[in-house]
Amino acid sequence: MPEIIRAGNLVKRYDSFTAVDGIDFSVSKGECFGFLGPNGAGKTTTVRMISCVSPVTEGELAVDDLDVGREPRRIKSILGVVPQEDNLDPDLSVRQNLAVYARYFDMPKELANQRIDESLALFQLEEKQREPIWALSTGLKRRLTIARGLINQPKILVLDEPTTGLDPQARHLVWQKLRYLKEQGVTMLLCTHYMEEAAHLCDRLVIMHQGRILVEGSPAVLVEEHAGREVAEVHVSAPQRERVLAEMASRPGLTVEEVEDVLYIYARTPDGRAQMADLILDAESVAYHQANLEDVFLRLTGRGLIE
Amino acid sequence: MSIALPGLGIRLPDVSYRAYRVWQRNRDVYLRLWKAEAIWPLAEPLITLFALGIGLGELITEAELPGDQRYIEFIAPGILAVYPMWSAAGECGWGSFFRMENQRTYHAIVATPVSIEDVITGEILWGATRGFISSVYILVVIAAFLLLDSPMALLVPILAYIAGFMFASISLSYTSIARSISSLNYFFALFITPQFWLGGVFFPLERLPEELQVASWFVPATHVVDIYRGLVQGHLNLGHLGHLAWIAVVAAIFYYVALISMRRRLIQ
Repeated sequence: MPEIIRAGNLVKRYDSFTAVDGIDFSVSKGECFGFLGPNGAGKTTTVRMISCVSPVTEGELAVDDLDVGREPRRIKSILGVVPQEDNLDPDLSVRQNLAVYARYFDMPKELANQRIDESLALFQLEEKQREPIWALSTGLKRRLTIARGLINQPKILVLDEPTTGLDPQARHLVWQKLRYLKEQGVTMLLCTHYMEEAAHLCDRLVIMHQGRILVEGSPAVLVEEHAGREVAEVHVSAPQRERVLAEMASRPGLTVEEVEDVLYIYARTPDGRAQMADLILDAESVAYHQANLEDVFLRLTGRGLIE
Repeated sequence: MSIALPGLGIRLPDVSYRAYRVWQRNRDVYLRLWKAEAIWPLAEPLITLFALGIGLGELITEAELPGDQRYIEFIAPGILAVYPMWSAAGECGWGSFFRMENQRTYHAIVATPVSIEDVITGEILWGATRGFISSVYILVVIAAFLLLDSPMALLVPILAYIAGFMFASISLSYTSIARSISSLNYFFALFITPQFWLGGVFFPLERLPEELQVASWFVPATHVVDIYRGLVQGHLNLGHLGHLAWIAVVAAIFYYVALISMRRRLIQ
């Protein structure tokens, strides 16, 4: 697949603070590419540079073979941006919000009306189209914000925390719509710190921390490489912990991480579960789970609070 | 396409016809709320003409005013100038700040092919339009009091647009550095309100000490008030052209300041 976004040694600096510190990545046409990382990792800044609303300090950034510094209007005309914040027009109706937004793209009225009808149908907002924005629930506002981002039929849809603050039903509905769009061939950029969301939607992702990319790959491969198959979260007393840590050395299939009074043991081999069970028999409490993206994330970015 | 002159460290503002899209957005919101918005420019001049024009005016003899006018005739052109000043400045003060920080409207718009300079230009053009609309309402009220002596008064809304552009630009320049919506109070209490009371609307500036008369030259509203007096009373002279030039120059300066300063605030 040809690449649609290419970043080379991309840097963003604010006075003395470096928000993005020389990153390289490329996104292929039609894929869903994720940016994961704790707050302040630089993912929103990166996406803002791609959206041409934050100037690049250093390095290269091309979207659809256009340079972000030179052709912001042309790039913005092929992007659909779904921001993290709610910035719908509260005084306008649902339908007017879409119509006003379509006008920013110079869309002729008839075409805009046709697109608005389509997206209202897709996002199940037809019955609400005359309602003012303040009368909508958070979930409905989110759906409308995504519908608004699609009004120009963008080549690339940029989603910044699209489901933050939604209840599970609303979140699953949004995911379902996003999967549908992906099937339609829309390239998606997804910033999130919901690991489940990233695992659900992304073909490929990067995990960022302190302005740098730590790893890149598909969710399955990253889990396999960095967390293995299974994880045990073990609460043990201090002397037991010493014993477990000492025995770890003789078990090559396991790795351990110590966080406060909890041990996280990662099993990489098929018999990992047996090895772990045997090791931590007398622990106070043990919880097993299948290794997932969250384990990768926490292993790489640390389990402590960042802010 | 934006043009940069990196050698000189100058970046030319990227303004396009898309400013009109921003103007249209503001118009659409206004048309949903227009009834509530029409109250101020109708009620305020009405109250002022009754309270000051008729009430206070009865106590003032005509000989004390230039051209032997009644007091209500004296204040009418001034009212026509200063209430639209409030509309234009308020729109690009509280209105713009609210759109920018609370509703995040600017952020939504610049994600589309509209540039931040288009947004600023559209906002100022809209602020000027609010001045225009307000002047039309007030003109109707003043006409109802039979206070228009000349058909030239029909030119007032056009000048209200130009003056509105100036007040909107000054106001948005201040908004671009305002930290919170309450800090706009400084601007309105210390800059707009004094022009309202001291801009030559309610008493002839010739009454002031000479130093203050000189200082009044720097006050935007006095130039607008002077032009309107000429239009409403039907005698214009070259001096009025000087006032118009003054307004045009100040409008241009603050339009540019608003463009630069807002970009600095929003595009980081």
